[in-house]
Amino acid sequence: MAEPMIEIDNLGKRFGAIVAVDGISLKVARGEVLGFLGPNGAGKSTTMKMVAGFLSPTSGTARVCGFDVVEHPIEVKRRIGYLPEGAPAYPDMTAEGFLRFCADVRGIAAGERAARVGRAVELTQLASVLYQPIETLSKGFKRRVGLAQALLHDPEVLILDEPTDGLDPNQKHEVRGLIRAMAAEKAIVISTHILEEVDAVCSRAVVIAGGKLVADGTPAEYEALSRHHNAVSVTLPAARSAEARDAIKSMAGVADVELADGGEGRVRLVVMPKRGQEIAQTLRGLCADKDWPISEFHVERGKLDDVFRAITTAKGKEQPHA
Amino acid sequence: MRETLAVFRREFAAYFATPLAYVFIVIFLVLAGAVTFFLGNFFARGQADLEPFFMFHPWLYLFLIPAIGMRLWAEERKSGTIELLLTLPISLTGAVIAKYLAAWAFAGVALALTFPFWITVNYLGSPDNGAILAGYMGSFVLAGAYLAIGVCLSALTRNQVIAFVVACAVCFIFTVSGTSVVLNFFSGWAPRLMVDTIASFSFMTHYQAITRGVIDLRDVVFFGSLVAFCLYANVVIVEWKKGG
Repeated sequence: MAEPMIEIDNLGKRFGAIVAVDGISLKVARGEVLGFLGPNGAGKSTTMKMVAGFLSPTSGTARVCGFDVVEHPIEVKRRIGYLPEGAPAYPDMTAEGFLRFCADVRGIAAGERAARVGRAVELTQLASVLYQPIETLSKGFKRRVGLAQALLHDPEVLILDEPTDGLDPNQKHEVRGLIRAMAAEKAIVISTHILEEVDAVCSRAVVIAGGKLVADGTPAEYEALSRHHNAVSVTLPAARSAEARDAIKSMAGVADVELADGGEGRVRLVVMPKRGQEIAQTLRGLCADKDWPISEFHVERGKLDDVFRAITTAKGKEQPHA
Repeated sequence: MRETLAVFRREFAAYFATPLAYVFIVIFLVLAGAVTFFLGNFFARGQADLEPFFMFHPWLYLFLIPAIGMRLWAEERKSGTIELLLTLPISLTGAVIAKYLAAWAFAGVALALTFPFWITVNYLGSPDNGAILAGYMGSFVLAGAYLAIGVCLSALTRNQVIAFVVACAVCFIFTVSGTSVVLNFFSGWAPRLMVDTIASFSFMTHYQAITRGVIDLRDVVFFGSLVAFCLYANVVIVEWKKGG
């Protein structure tokens, strides 16, 4: 692994009798975009709050760029761009005034300030609302003000708690593009419960459930765990479906065939392979031999939400490596 | 230091970003004038001094200063911006001091705007301007003491109204603890030491000593240590309440 920028070492947090985070350890290197997944209340935000230096851990610690967050919180905060959950900002300030304030607290020199604020505004496309009070902005713009604040000082480590929550599909696309563009020179951690986001921006994802880390892997590794990994769906007229199902079922490497309505008098057959088997080539050959009038042939990569549910409900049952 | 200054500037400007500053200043000036002229018999006394003006400041501050202090932490906690503020590279102590000083400076602005009273007495006669200066200093210090209590209590809740009411009640206790009503209640049965202790916590006694133009070290130490204690408690409370 390349130099670790964030090292979380057996981090734990209790609130009275409730254990919110229960001994999480992980490392994030430069160039990685780590997705934090988990059900609500799993401890994602609490973990992020501890790494960002807002909450103090009850056990363990985290190091950011080599600085311990318990011993040197200010040094850690200097190096992190943090977007708290809900992107809070002072409602009666204008976006510009708020960013200027953040720049001042971050000790950005007055001469450099305008350029830094300008760059963050450009990245997050805030120019049109720069002089409006934040309380009058839409949810999407508020989120982007929070994001601009996190990018202001060009930090080496970015911790973004639900960066695309409340954005419309276009804005989500832009923010994901922004995160990907910055990924090479930073270590980025984002939390989300939108699974498509993991596929779109993350190079690695960890799943947290009940305050514990239950899975750690690349999006492709998670997809490989899915029942639907390498499944093939074939759509053909209903009249030929029974014949096709029987023929496919007897094929080597096929575990099961599921029937679904394909619309317009067609049936969609979802062919599940046995674990680790590739069936697309042989199935394509079979379809050609039988001369079925196939209207759609599609290989599935795997469904992340299947895997997510499997991991977070039956903890530790299926996982790449935990 | 620079980050403390940045937070100070933001907090100070925040008063003027909403009508709060203007409403507060107008009401403070109107009330200060009303009590001076009607309750204090400013003209009938026939003396060119500001004693009737300063005399009522503790009672004005009692409920006006908590109105300045109530928002400082309660609002941050309610809107969640506390998480933003405390993940910027500033120490909690720095943030507490910056907020307190911003509110105190604002109280200072309101107090400074009472300068027409000073002009009036100088026009009507020849007052002892040294005594007036001492009065202003005493009043400013008194405002700082009430404010330290108010800011500290505002960290306890995310509800500004609760912060205000509790701060008023605590300030009231400190204001009346030296009056004969309170002391007589205790002197019948409590040991002398306790009565003296209660009396020594009276803002009135210490304030009147300063406004008389006698800057006694004991009064300075009293207000100084009270403010320091409240700010320390403020840091502890913010730290304690962060998780919830």
